[in-house]
Amino acid sequence: MDWKERIRDPKMECASLDEIRTLQGKKLVDLVNRVYGVVPFYTRKMKELGVEPGDIRGIEDITKLPYTTKEDLRDNYPFGLVAVPEKDIARVQGSSGTTGKLTIAAYSKNDVDLWAECVARCLTMAGLTNEDRIHVCYGYGLFTGGMGLDEGARALGATAIPMSAGNTQRQMMCMEDFGATAFACTPSYALHLAESMAEAGVVDRLKIKAGIHGAEPWTEEMRKKIESILHINCFDIYGLCEVLGPGVAQDCIHHKGLHIHHDHFFPEILNPADQSQCAEGELGELTFTTLSKEAMPLIRYRTKDLTSISYGTCDCGRTLPRISKFKGRTDDMKVIRGVNVFPTQVETALLKMGGEVAPHYMLIVDRENNMDTLTVMVEVDERFFSDEIRQLDALKKKIGAVLKQALGISVIVKLVEPKTIERSEGKAKRVIDRRNLV
Amino acid sequence: MTIKQLSVFLENRSGRMDEVLNVLGNNGVNIVALSLADTSDYGMLRMIVSDPQKGRDVLKENGITAMITEVVALRVPHATGSLAKAMHEIVEGGVNVEYMYAFANGADASAVIKSDDPQKVVELLKASGFDVWEENEAYHANVIDK
Repeated sequence: MDWKERIRDPKMECASLDEIRTLQGKKLVDLVNRVYGVVPFYTRKMKELGVEPGDIRGIEDITKLPYTTKEDLRDNYPFGLVAVPEKDIARVQGSSGTTGKLTIAAYSKNDVDLWAECVARCLTMAGLTNEDRIHVCYGYGLFTGGMGLDEGARALGATAIPMSAGNTQRQMMCMEDFGATAFACTPSYALHLAESMAEAGVVDRLKIKAGIHGAEPWTEEMRKKIESILHINCFDIYGLCEVLGPGVAQDCIHHKGLHIHHDHFFPEILNPADQSQCAEGELGELTFTTLSKEAMPLIRYRTKDLTSISYGTCDCGRTLPRISKFKGRTDDMKVIRGVNVFPTQVETALLKMGGEVAPHYMLIVDRENNMDTLTVMVEVDERFFSDEIRQLDALKKKIGAVLKQALGISVIVKLVEPKTIERSEGKAKRVIDRRNLV
Repeated sequence: MTIKQLSVFLENRSGRMDEVLNVLGNNGVNIVALSLADTSDYGMLRMIVSDPQKGRDVLKENGITAMITEVVALRVPHATGSLAKAMHEIVEGGVNVEYMYAFANGADASAVIKSDDPQKVVELLKASGFDVWEENEAYHANVIDK
């Protein structure tokens, strides 16, 4: 496929690190002055640490500032962290997360524009222009996926098709009838749609050239699978509602990590053990300070997403730092028999087996006789399905061996019928932990 | 002279078998012979039906994974040792039998044989005087016309 690299805001996206550091410093000083004495939470936290706004003179002073955690957001639910008069809140978005409790974020009118601009940068990074039609099958509502992509399409001047999630038959029909050139949804739903379209034989009639997928972790193998079914380029868009929503970062056509818009979001990678700053390339917890947001700015927000960062100019020309694909979340990680297990490791291992198994799986962690057990439910690919028990058992053994190699612990493999594991239209729940730990 | 068998992967969940049989029944697919193999976490339902292709299609439409396998249906006369003789021919011919199951057939019995070389099984059996079912007969075995 022909590729022409487009950069929406070269002044920011290709700036030197020195220029950006100066800008970030100015914005940080301004941010501290905007929250201190206005947001009781930050005022108290800073006083506890003995820091005053005058102590913050440049971006390097950020380490003097307090952290913000998800628990802090819940404690201040809903508008306790808002730094503008409540009448200036233009929009509220929220996330139920995978744990059920609501986390919300407030946006001023400028924040909504900032969000739209960040998503427009991402859409441009995905090769889209004002001539494109973007089929948005993320959910619309409190969840940021639908609104975020919609606003981004508006800022880009493209056409937004607000499908929202669900009803795969109708999605396929509209995608074809409206001549969509790109679609946006979670990667697990993208794979489900791709499989459904391949099955219905409509792939050749589509005009889709790009897929924008995020809101749950996915792997290179999964990207390649969607790309090969639909003959398109897929991009990993990242964001979280507390910080902005989708558009905080995205990978470019070279897929060498997700470019962070660090003129608006200052990233730090913290060592999970002692919160010290990780070196370039070192795995740690991603932490963001929102430099530009007005309504609900966050200082050193701990995302719980594990990644590493790298600086330097990318092949696409951008100098925006890149974060690696997420290695998991500090809270998705399961400690099973003392070994750290991330669901993404299972996905990577299964996809590496080629076409034998579908990349749909579910992990069940349980405890029997004081021993942790990990059961992996794997769908048997229709093409590989055999009516000979000997062959299915051999497949089961092979999956068991591959997973043991990848995870370092032995697992119980359970084969299930194709298409029986739920395809998510929101965030896929890949792990069920039945251990009742007191 | 081989016939087509319909195989269905069944998860060990209550009501799964019921679903499969209902789909076939509601679509007029008659089951002539059946075998159910079970393991600790799944089962394999293998059937000779009146229309294997239609059976597979209607199951697929209902989200049930089914596949068609080539098998041989041997007619076994009710005479002591006849099955032993037939199987001996297959073994001597160097064909590996994966599984088999029987079904009644009026005065005679029949055995469905899944092997790694169905065509050769037919040749071996015919050469030693055994008869095998043809597709059209097998799919309607034991069905008495009204």
